[in-house]
Amino acid sequence: MPLFHTDDQAMLLDTARPFLAEQAPVAHMRALRDADDRTGFDPALWARFAEMGFCGMLIDEADGGLGLGAVEAGIVLEEIGRNLTPSPFLATAVGAVTALKGGSRDQRARWLPRIAAGEAVAALAIDEGGKHRPNRIALTAARSGNGFTLRGTKRFVAHGHVADLLIVAARTAGGSDEPDGITLFAVDKGAAGLTAAADRLADASLSAQLRFDDVQVDADAVIGELDGGWAGLTRTLDAVRTGAASELLGVGTGAMARTTDYLQQRKQFGVAIGSFQALQHRAAHLYSELEIARAAVLKAQQLLDAGDPAAERAVMVAKAMAGLATTLVVQEGVQMHGGIGMTDDYDIGFFMKRARVLAELFGDSDFHADRLARASGY
Amino acid sequence: MSELDDFRAETRAWLEGNCPAEMRTPIRSDDDVCWGGRNPTFSSPEQKLWLDRMAERGWTVPDWPRDYGGGGLSPAESKALREEMARLGCRSPLYSFGISMLGPALLKYGTEAQKQDHLPKIARGQIRWCQGYSEPNAGSDLASLATSAEEDGDDFIVNGQKVWTSYADKADWIFCLVRTDKTVKQGGISFLLFDMASPGVSTRPILLISGYSPFCETFFDDVRVPKANLLGERDKGWDVAKYLLGHEREMISAMGLGTGGGPSLGKIAVEAIGAEPDGRLDDPVLRARIALFEVRAAAFRAMSERFLDELKAKRTHPAQPSMMKYVGTELNKQRHELMMAAGGSDALEWESDRSHGGAGARAWLRTKANSIEGGTSEVQLNIIAKRILALPGA
Repeated sequence: MPLFHTDDQAMLLDTARPFLAEQAPVAHMRALRDADDRTGFDPALWARFAEMGFCGMLIDEADGGLGLGAVEAGIVLEEIGRNLTPSPFLATAVGAVTALKGGSRDQRARWLPRIAAGEAVAALAIDEGGKHRPNRIALTAARSGNGFTLRGTKRFVAHGHVADLLIVAARTAGGSDEPDGITLFAVDKGAAGLTAAADRLADASLSAQLRFDDVQVDADAVIGELDGGWAGLTRTLDAVRTGAASELLGVGTGAMARTTDYLQQRKQFGVAIGSFQALQHRAAHLYSELEIARAAVLKAQQLLDAGDPAAERAVMVAKAMAGLATTLVVQEGVQMHGGIGMTDDYDIGFFMKRARVLAELFGDSDFHADRLARASGY
Repeated sequence: MSELDDFRAETRAWLEGNCPAEMRTPIRSDDDVCWGGRNPTFSSPEQKLWLDRMAERGWTVPDWPRDYGGGGLSPAESKALREEMARLGCRSPLYSFGISMLGPALLKYGTEAQKQDHLPKIARGQIRWCQGYSEPNAGSDLASLATSAEEDGDDFIVNGQKVWTSYADKADWIFCLVRTDKTVKQGGISFLLFDMASPGVSTRPILLISGYSPFCETFFDDVRVPKANLLGERDKGWDVAKYLLGHEREMISAMGLGTGGGPSLGKIAVEAIGAEPDGRLDDPVLRARIALFEVRAAAFRAMSERFLDELKAKRTHPAQPSMMKYVGTELNKQRHELMMAAGGSDALEWESDRSHGGAGARAWLRTKANSIEGGTSEVQLNIIAKRILALPGA
């Protein structure tokens, strides 16, 4: 398969790009922030996502979805990134849907139609510390009666305070660092003993801290195998890591476009500052970094969709490279904008803040480079 | 199975049956590289056998038309062949500026007679070409070149000097930029093909920091070249030159992919330095540097695949080879810096047998030219800024 979009994928892009640019440009995010929105996204926009078929795009056709893959999800996510659109798309339509693919028929029947219809939002409750370490799960799920009792905390849970469904990684066996003994649970909103507090992050997004104080769930809340949740967790994480890489790429591309435009428009010493070679070379370097990041992300998506075992490494490369490239682009973007780039009035700073959050989400570049090194035997 | 799957399966079987075992081992030094030519040197009978077998199928140039000695493969088939060769670790049977640089220009600008004359010999490795571009006073500002070609009946008389001519002392023919009009810069350049055995051609190898002399000074003293050897129109050679440079940049960018087949940087470092009980390199800072490098190298491999796919589908930006060249060469330089760091004092050996005559150290030094030859990194960045980013006055 050639490493570029198929005609169908190009058509999806032709739909998604104007949709996001018109319905949810950066001004949309700014307006939500200025209104001190506490939901974290605009429910009316989420309903439009459902109408467009985006919410159910990864759901299998047998379960009422479009049966599309990581490449298609990436197309939507790149536009989300380009417009800095606050959206539960990544956690819900990519993360929860991927997790639920490993779930029971009942779980799929209960959640997938509601997700596809835009009626349910989901959140991924995985991280517990300040850095992404998915094997370090200390939140316990102890057997009790016909089900389990969940006790512990989760952090950095986007949409966790409003989600109808929480995908929770819990420890049912093994030591606190071990991949074995982790189990995934589907936990409903409003479960007794569950409290969620949303904090605003640097990029104005909302991130929940969840407390599980002896939250009771039935045995049928287990997604996939008891104690064997690592595989499903890894699948889910690879999907959202790749998705986050696409969103990062969108953030980087948006910042790059604004920066290039500024270099063309802004005049000093009587000429456009983009005529200075010192800036031209830096801009050309940013372009190059984004291009190779784009290739790495598409490669990971295609391999994921093909079920190729090489996808695992490609995902590490994609998330790490997208993080490196976009981090550089947004930093240089602010610098090249000069003083105006430091103002809240100008959008370029938003790109830098969003990039920082996405770079951290589901493992930063260092984390994935380290995994790549381990996988390569050094 | 699709036709492509069939092709892939047949190709795999053929390669397994026909690529000699020695040709599936990583290249250790320049001696392992086969350049062909009128007086070819082969480091082993297997090297010759591998070239002959591949040339017979047209697979030294899989995507060229069969009429010109190519394999006539579709883009998808060429890609499958490349992937299968990489999977088995097959060496490239033939390194050739005729294949990577002149061939594409001949296919686009050559007359039928020129194509028939030159392409099959390139494909079979019978004629080795060199490139006469740079001059002592025309480096990054290539279009200021002064080597002249004056009309004389059915011939041109060529006078002047080229420099950095790779392997000019070993090449059979040269493709050469000459000035046919002194009154205009780019519009006064023509593209000539001629035999290096012509009277009046002489070469002088230049000793480089690597201790090797891959580059030469090349002198032309009243060299007589038939007008029929003009590629493209007279005074329109700059178009040919730029087209060819795009292909040259692609070729050089491929260095960013690494040699392939050999041990990875991390493995080389573990071998040389040792590992912690959990397998991690016993040098955490170098390990981190290698890991971050490998992220970018892997991303660049994906980019190379994407670039080739887009190129075949005619959907790549014409200036994209500049990006490929820039990133690929900078990566290759970084790779060799890391190899030297991983190897420590062992990597410094210059003459010993176990280092294959200092192959590693010499290769490290050789890579420093990657970001200079074929247009410096700075020239590539200028091109990206001007032609892709549309920045003003670039």
